[in-house]
Amino acid sequence: MKSFYCWKVIPSFLTCFLLLPALSGFSLTVHAQTLVFTAIPDQDETRLRQRFGKVATYLSEQLNIPVNYIPVKSYTAAVTAFRNNQVQLAWFGGLSGVQARRLSLGARALAQGAEDKMFKTYFIANKGSGLTPASQLPDSIAGMRFTFGSKGSTSGRLMPEYFLRQQFDKSPDKLFSRVGFSGDHQKTIELVASGAYQLGAVNYAVWEKNVAESRVDTDKVFVIWVTPSYPDYQWTIRGDVDAQFGAGFSQRVQHALLSMRSPDLLASFPRSAFIPAQNSDYKPIEQVARSIGLME
Amino acid sequence: MRNNNGGSLVSGTLTQAGDYRRLSAVFLLIALLTVPFADLDITVMDAGGVLEDIAWGMVTPTLAGLLSVSDLLKAVCMTVAFALLALVLAAGFGFFMALLMRFTAVRFFAATIRAVHELFWGLLLMQLFGLTPLTAILAIAIPYAGMFARVYKELLESVDTGAYDALAPGSDLLSRWSYVRISQAWPQLRSYTLYRFECALRSSAVLGFIGLPTLGFYLETAFNQGLYSEAAALLYVFVLLIATIPLWMRASLWPIYSLLALYWLAPFQLAPFQIQTLDQTLLQRFFTEDIIPLPLRHSEQFGASTGLALWQWFVPIWSAQLSPGLINTLMLSLLALPLTGLLALLWFPATSVLFVSLPWRGVGHIFMVVLRSVPEIMLAFVALMIFGLSWLPALLALSIHNGAIIAHLMSRYSSVLNLRIDAERGINRYFFEVLPRVYQQFLSYLLYRWEIILRESAILGILGIHTLGFYIDSSFAEFRFDRAMVLITFAALLNIAVDRLALVLRRRLHKKTESVLSCY
Repeated sequence: MKSFYCWKVIPSFLTCFLLLPALSGFSLTVHAQTLVFTAIPDQDETRLRQRFGKVATYLSEQLNIPVNYIPVKSYTAAVTAFRNNQVQLAWFGGLSGVQARRLSLGARALAQGAEDKMFKTYFIANKGSGLTPASQLPDSIAGMRFTFGSKGSTSGRLMPEYFLRQQFDKSPDKLFSRVGFSGDHQKTIELVASGAYQLGAVNYAVWEKNVAESRVDTDKVFVIWVTPSYPDYQWTIRGDVDAQFGAGFSQRVQHALLSMRSPDLLASFPRSAFIPAQNSDYKPIEQVARSIGLME
Repeated sequence: MRNNNGGSLVSGTLTQAGDYRRLSAVFLLIALLTVPFADLDITVMDAGGVLEDIAWGMVTPTLAGLLSVSDLLKAVCMTVAFALLALVLAAGFGFFMALLMRFTAVRFFAATIRAVHELFWGLLLMQLFGLTPLTAILAIAIPYAGMFARVYKELLESVDTGAYDALAPGSDLLSRWSYVRISQAWPQLRSYTLYRFECALRSSAVLGFIGLPTLGFYLETAFNQGLYSEAAALLYVFVLLIATIPLWMRASLWPIYSLLALYWLAPFQLAPFQIQTLDQTLLQRFFTEDIIPLPLRHSEQFGASTGLALWQWFVPIWSAQLSPGLINTLMLSLLALPLTGLLALLWFPATSVLFVSLPWRGVGHIFMVVLRSVPEIMLAFVALMIFGLSWLPALLALSIHNGAIIAHLMSRYSSVLNLRIDAERGINRYFFEVLPRVYQQFLSYLLYRWEIILRESAILGILGIHTLGFYIDSSFAEFRFDRAMVLITFAALLNIAVDRLALVLRRRLHKKTESVLSCY
């Protein structure tokens, strides 16, 4: 009897065993001279690509090396890419920055927007909810449908949850009839505008930009409460970039960020300027994260 | 599979029919009891408007606002390359495990790895390898290897062992396997493997939802930003890709395709997704620290106090995440199960030769191909846009997708029934000729899908409903991998338990397993 099938089995097996070493091999290839950065996806991907495409061009000119922006799907993925050295630089939120620097030892905050020292969250409500602007959140929000932004967002989750717990002494899912995580600030605005949620918590800068561009109908959805201020977004760089790109590299990146002057570039963030930042600026964020049980 | 048409009716005694009725009634009753606890509200005010926008997008497909043709081609190639390479790995290791399935440890291992959904594997592996081809390929290959192990074993077992007599006495193990088992099972092994390729393509596309650069990546963006025309174009490309598999995929081309895929992926590095180095310390840290439960992480030796600390760590996870997650996941699957069955019973005549003649049957086929090739999570995502966050989108997605698959299998099964020339037509034929003969098979398919529906119910939590996936996603968002591991383990255990229960029930239906065709 001829083993007619053997020649069919063998190639498949050969491929299979050739594959493993090849697979592990090609993830080790080094592209040392490209700086790759990412950002937390706090808005529409199209807008992010526009904004950070411009930033990549700017940084590439300033640093004289190729600079790439990679879009990611979630806050978690941004931190993971940073931790795995797939990106060396990132535009993080307060919380994601703290998480990233905990996971990647030696990483440090380089710069923040001038506005990020005193960042705020807006609680916005749909007209149908009957809520009105006030100096404090009214008790009538209990039992309503409420949405956060992303689970890992500072202005869309961490701080609003903290202030809600402070005022009502309850976890959000006990306070509201339904708690959603919209994913990003743009989505939060849309969902509250549509009435899917009666109120939501949103990054004030994203809201202001939407209002300025008249992308939101302020008769249908408006701000009902502004939180006290806290530190938020920052550029964070890995601790090993100087070894990878040459001594003084992180200073050069910091310098490039701080000297970003183009109004067009700054407006896309939207920030008026970038100022120096350091890890200790974000201690309060870390404490809040601990106090509401998001971190040990 | 196909030899069972006339016989089952003759042997289908009253008691057996009673069995089917009871089983169906029990599942229906459980589902009805679940309804009051299910959250089925429609929270979007203008559901009709969204539906209209989506419908308009479907008739005006374009890529314009989202990606270029070369981006699209790249995404298609990624989707195919990941699926191909993952399947080669999975088939290889699955086969190897199939040979060792008589060891309980191997069986348990295979059951465990296949009980964890590709997306959960993806989330885990992303921590180790980042957004790389390796993450995508292993995320598909690991659970698929577990499934291959089981099905290959069943196929190898079901061959005629008479051929042993033709071997020389004292033949070695290799000869016995190659000349008796593998040679006889080869056609089935090959067709099943080829068939799994379609599933792998779907899994590969779905991995885009967590950030790997396949078709799902752009599809998620398009739906999320309300770019429905772009979403439609991507969806059509994806359905076309799946529908044309028989035209471009042959078993003999497999090695060539795989090498091409490898060659194509290698320089890419996933173009923007360059990896600088694979950090050894990270790998080590992940296994020795990140996934170790917090109380155990810094304790020198395991004593009563660490045991207590571990318990105190576990209890809040159990009460706040595990128990609601497990209950919701199970309830959602139980609610989706009868609905899936109803849709399957309603749909299968549309593509069956017994009910519909050719031009219309073609339309039916197109409709069903579209419904079953779009993965649940994508359907749920769309339904979420229309209805808002509740169980409703998940329920619809699960029953539409799985209903279409079972309908497809049933129409294939029913097409070989021999009816009398003067058999009834239309509705009478359906209820009195066909349904009684296919019902046993129908229940069996449905029970088989239960486990798959359960796994998907867990995953849909990623979209926001409070099944296990929601809590797993939260653990990843909080970088608490120890919790994620506990949650994933329990999800796997629930899956294994349901799988066992379904197996017992299927055995009681006097059927051997039909895994070969019911994989989808």
